Amino acid sequence: MDKETRRLKRIKRRYRGEISFRLLSISAIVLAASFLVFFLSDMVRTGYTAFEQTVVQTEITYDADTVEIPQLSVSEEMSDLVSRGFLRLIPQMVEENPKLMNTTQTQWVLAEAEVDQYIKGKPNKLSEEEIAHIDSLKKEGKVKLVFNKWFFTNGDSKLPEMAGLLSAVIGTIYVLILTMMFSVPIGVMTAIYLEEFAPDNWFTRIIEVNINNLAAIPSIIFGLLGLAIFINLFGVPRSSALAGGLTLSLMSLPVIIISTRAALSSVPDTIRQAAQGVGASPWQVVWHHILPLSLPGIMTGTIISMAHAIGETAPLLIVGMLAYIPTAPTGVTQAATVLPAQIYTWSGDSLRAYTERTALGIIVLLSVLLLLNAVAVVLRNKYERKW
Amino acid sequence: MENNIKMKSDNLNFYYGNFKALKDINLTFPERKVTALIGPSGCGKSTYLRCFNRMNDLIKGIKVEGGIYLDEQEIHDTKLDVVELRRRVGMVFQKPNPFPKTIYENIAYAPRIHGLVSKGSEMDDLVEDSLKKAGLWEEVKDRLKSQATALSGGQQQRLCIARALAMEPEVLLMDEPASALDPIATQKIEELIYELKERLTVIIVTHNMQQAARVSDYTAFFYMGELIEVGDTSTIFTNPTVKKTEDYITGRFG
Repeated sequence: MDKETRRLKRIKRRYRGEISFRLLSISAIVLAASFLVFFLSDMVRTGYTAFEQTVVQTEITYDADTVEIPQLSVSEEMSDLVSRGFLRLIPQMVEENPKLMNTTQTQWVLAEAEVDQYIKGKPNKLSEEEIAHIDSLKKEGKVKLVFNKWFFTNGDSKLPEMAGLLSAVIGTIYVLILTMMFSVPIGVMTAIYLEEFAPDNWFTRIIEVNINNLAAIPSIIFGLLGLAIFINLFGVPRSSALAGGLTLSLMSLPVIIISTRAALSSVPDTIRQAAQGVGASPWQVVWHHILPLSLPGIMTGTIISMAHAIGETAPLLIVGMLAYIPTAPTGVTQAATVLPAQIYTWSGDSLRAYTERTALGIIVLLSVLLLLNAVAVVLRNKYERKW
Repeated sequence: MENNIKMKSDNLNFYYGNFKALKDINLTFPERKVTALIGPSGCGKSTYLRCFNRMNDLIKGIKVEGGIYLDEQEIHDTKLDVVELRRRVGMVFQKPNPFPKTIYENIAYAPRIHGLVSKGSEMDDLVEDSLKKAGLWEEVKDRLKSQATALSGGQQQRLCIARALAMEPEVLLMDEPASALDPIATQKIEELIYELKERLTVIIVTHNMQQAARVSDYTAFFYMGELIEVGDTSTIFTNPTVKKTEDYITGRFG
C-alpha cells in the first residue's frame, strides 16, 4: 500500500514537471515573439510617416538673377519653408528646360524638413511666427502631404527632405551581383570537388575543418582580410562596390560550400551507381545527375547566404563603404554604399527628420530580406525531393 | 563447357582495407549462359559481381589482386577504359534505381553519352527496341515522357534492365535484381533473364535458391569469401560434391 501511494505520487510529480516544462517553453516563445513584435511595430510606427512628404505651393521666378542666386526665386516669407535642396536645383532645371527662363510658375515644391515634421505632428524647431504662417497656408490648401517618391529616387543628402535610398539600393545591387559572381561558382565547384572527387586524407580533412570554422568567424575579420588583400595588395579602389563584393564573397564562401555539400550528399548513392553503371564518367555523373538534383538545395543555400550578405555591415565599414554617396554609382569601381551602411549613417544624424528615414530604411531592408527568405522557402518546398 | 569463355577471374583477391573479402577466386563465365552466384549474406558474392565492371572502384580503401578478363583482355588494363568497360558490361542493381527523369531519358541517356546512335528517329527506335527487349514497351509506350519514378517497383526494375540493354552490352551483371519485388514482378524478371541469354552473358547474384535453379545454367557457391563449388546448376542442386554446398542448398544454414 505504502509502495503504491509512492508510485502514484511519483506519477503526479512527473505530470507536474511536464506541465512546468511546457509553460517555460511557451513563455520563452512568447517573450521572443513579443520582442519581435515590439521591434517591428516600433519601426513601422516611426517609419511609416516617411512614406509621405510635405510639399508647399508657391510661385517660382526663373530669370537671370534667380539662376545666380536661387534664394531670390521665391518670396522672402516662403524661402524659409521651401527646401534649400530644391532651390539649388533651379540653375540645373533652367539649363535642362530653357523655356522656363524669364517665367514665373506656380508649383508644388518640397518643403523644408522642419515644416515637414510640423505637418506630421512631430517635434520641430519652428518659431511661433513660422507656425502661424504654415497654418494659414494650410487653410488656403497650399500645404499638403504627398507620397514621398524622393525617398526612392534620390541618393543620400545632407538635407533630410532630399535624402533617399536610391544610391544605397544601387550600391547594394552591385555588391550583391559581384558577391554572387565570385562566391557561387567558386563555392559550388569547391563543394563538388570536396564531396564527389576529393580523396579522404589528412589534407582534405584539414581543409574541411577550416571551411567549417570560417563560417563561424566574426565578419569584421573578413573586412580586415578584404582591406589587406583586395585594397592594399591588388589596389581595388576603396569604398567601391568591387571591394565590397569581393570582401562579402569571402564571407559567403564557407556558407555556400557547406550548404552545397549538404545538398550534394543528400542525393542518394544509388543515383551515382546507376549513372556510373551505364558508363558515365565521374564528371558526367556530377554534371548530368547529381548537380541537377541538388540544384534546389544549392539555390536555397545561396539565397540565404545572399540575404546574409545584404544585411552585413561590419566588413563593409572596413573597406570604406560607409560613405556619403549623393548620386548612385554607375560602375563597380566607383564609391558606393549599401543599405545597412546608409541606415547606420542616418541613425547617427542628429536631425529629427532622419529618424523616420532610418526606420523606413530598416523597413525596406527587412522587406527585401523577408522576400529573399520567402523565395528560399518556396524553392525548398516546391523542388525538394524526398528520397 | 563447350561455349566460349566471355569473362573469367584469375586468382582474384579482394580487400576492404585489411579485410580479405575474396580469396583466390578462379571462375569462368561461358558466353550466352546464365551463371548464378549463391551463398549466405556477407560471403562476397556481390563484391565479386561488382569486380566485373569495376563498380568497387567507387569505394575507398579497396585493393584488387589478380586478373579479371573480358574476352581475354584484362579489365584493369589501361588500354580498356573503365567507361568503355561499363558499356560492354552492364549492371542491374538490387533496388531499382531509375534516374529521376522521363522514361525516354532513362533509356536514351547511356546511348547518348557513348555516342552510339544519333538523336531523333534513330534514338526513338533504340528506346523502343530496348523497352521491348525488357518487356516493358506495351506498358509504357503511351507515356514515354512521364517520370520513371512514377512506375511500379517491378516496372522500374525492368526499366533499369532496358537502360542497361540500350548500351548493347555483351555481359549483364544482376545483383539480386528481384529481391525488392513481389512474386509476379519477380516472375517477369526471371522470364526476361531467360530471353536475355540468347543475346548476352548473364551473371546473377541471388539469395533465392529456387530462382537460381530456375534461371541459371551454372551455379557457383560462395562461402566466407571463398568459392566452394561450381558446376551445372542441375548438378549443384541435385548432387553437390561438397558437404557445405549441400547444407546451404537444403537450408541447413544461411
